[in-house]
Amino acid sequence: MAEYNRMELMICLAARAIEDGSTAVVGTGAPCAAAMLAQRTVAPKLMILFEAGGVGPILPSMPISVGDSRTFHKAIDATSMPDIMESCQRGMADYTFLGGAQIDMYGNINSTLIGDYERPKVRFPGSGGANDLASLCWRTMMITPQDKQRFTNDIDFITSPGYLTGKGAREAAGLPRGSGPYKIITNLAVMGFDEETKRMRVEAIHPGITREDVIENTGFELLWAPELEKSNPPTQEELDILRNEVDPLRYIIGRA
Amino acid sequence: MSLYGADYSVPGDKEVTYKKVGTRRLFTNPDADDAREYFRHKSRKMVSKVTTVKEAISSLVKDGDYLGVGGFGTNRIPAALLHEIVRQKKKDLGFSGHTSTHDMQILISGKCINRCDIAYIIGLEARGLSKASRKAFENGEVEPTEWTNAALAWRYKAAAMGLSFIPARNMFGTDTIKYSAAVEMPCPFTGQKYVALPALYPDVALIHVHRSDIYGNAQFDGIAVSDIDLARAAKKLIISTERLISNEIVRQKPDQTAIPYYLVDAVIEVPYGAYPANMPYEYFSDEDHLKEWLAAEKDPETFEAFLQKNIYGVEDHWGYLEANGGTKKLQALRNMERLTEDMVKMDEKNNA
Repeated sequence: MAEYNRMELMICLAARAIEDGSTAVVGTGAPCAAAMLAQRTVAPKLMILFEAGGVGPILPSMPISVGDSRTFHKAIDATSMPDIMESCQRGMADYTFLGGAQIDMYGNINSTLIGDYERPKVRFPGSGGANDLASLCWRTMMITPQDKQRFTNDIDFITSPGYLTGKGAREAAGLPRGSGPYKIITNLAVMGFDEETKRMRVEAIHPGITREDVIENTGFELLWAPELEKSNPPTQEELDILRNEVDPLRYIIGRA
Repeated sequence: MSLYGADYSVPGDKEVTYKKVGTRRLFTNPDADDAREYFRHKSRKMVSKVTTVKEAISSLVKDGDYLGVGGFGTNRIPAALLHEIVRQKKKDLGFSGHTSTHDMQILISGKCINRCDIAYIIGLEARGLSKASRKAFENGEVEPTEWTNAALAWRYKAAAMGLSFIPARNMFGTDTIKYSAAVEMPCPFTGQKYVALPALYPDVALIHVHRSDIYGNAQFDGIAVSDIDLARAAKKLIISTERLISNEIVRQKPDQTAIPYYLVDAVIEVPYGAYPANMPYEYFSDEDHLKEWLAAEKDPETFEAFLQKNIYGVEDHWGYLEANGGTKKLQALRNMERLTEDMVKMDEKNNA
């Protein structure tokens, strides 16, 4: 079996979750690598969108900024931020990937601050486009390390909406019907969301990881799929593409 | 609903209920008639607006003004104009933190801003966080109101349309909306809940472009980000351009005009005017310099010397470029933008 690190595993699992012929709004880093890998494996007709206006670029390498010139290198369109966001609002964006400092059991994400609003202990960049994408894209995914501080119901600030307080809460609040968190991919497991409660539910755990590892690194009670799967490790083909074509300089996969 | 077209009936005298969910301050006046009154008196004369960076900033940017900045943080930003704002020690500015990264970092270095509509601040995306910018928000030196990238883009759009607000479907149910100044209201046709985003008419916008004629008919290449709407939303607009072109060239391809002259108050030719940011098809971002800036912020004395070298101690943008490697450096950045070997080498170096 091929040797791999946890970043390579997370990127492979994220790539496999993407349907061919779909659209995905991505940022820099791991999500961009996952989208590029998906294009070379399971989803050759995946259309990549960047919120600053790049549509369908042939990425020569990893962008440093979601608005740098690589995000529209040999693209099919170099448009505007309102145009991309309006496409999302119109229901044309299938996937997005977000990051954050905290996430709760309904998939609500904090990327704004720790502490009090007026005098935050730590201030982060804020929503950027994250709230917009979590509100307006059909399926939100997250690639993140998993630990008790990050996976917590004592979330300091809800920057971007998950399922808010449970089933029906998004629609009641005014968010577009049928949208919301889809997969949370961590260094330990892959989690989805329970249909009835919209709470985070473990669907698969990674090779070498136990149930206890997942529980110990989560600050809230998880639900478990009745038939818990074991994550399939990266294939040699996926690793070759990831290492040689997607991220030859190991910008992302070198971070593990 | 009928099979052939909607038969929604618009409620007659039903009172529209709206809910003020945002608790923070609205920094700018969204009134559409007030904006019309301003634009009524804005000059429509197609006369030369060519000036200097110094003159444009001193005559068009007043202490206390609210600024909007074009481009995307480290891409096609009006860096030369922002440095001049710092050099002239402008104070108490409001700022639209729409995808702001290095642009805000420049203004924060001069302690120029005291209030901010936040979408994205203090971070430089994959490069890390700006310590100085972070401190300004953690200490309460800058008053915040939360928004999102789309919210600010659409607030510009509402202003560009000459309206006082625009409905949208983002932000619901979060703390982002709670700490904004947004209002919830129903659609009068369907009852659907909307977020009402107040129009944002900045006092001054600064946009860097590839080409402009002397009147301000301006063109840029690559993504527009939100600049089409920002140019129209702003009361005053300063354009810096990589190069001046003749009006005849504008008239040969009028479809290339992104910003027509009547929006523009000043035009300045500033080659490399976005440096150290990326200017699409022209030059790549100076990643070494951006790293140096981030590192310098970690120590107050180092940072003071850094600002002296790069802003206060130089006359203009030429001085800044000279202080950071001059034409030789700029040629290397041009090569990187063209995706030649140098870019691969730079990537290898950055990764080492």
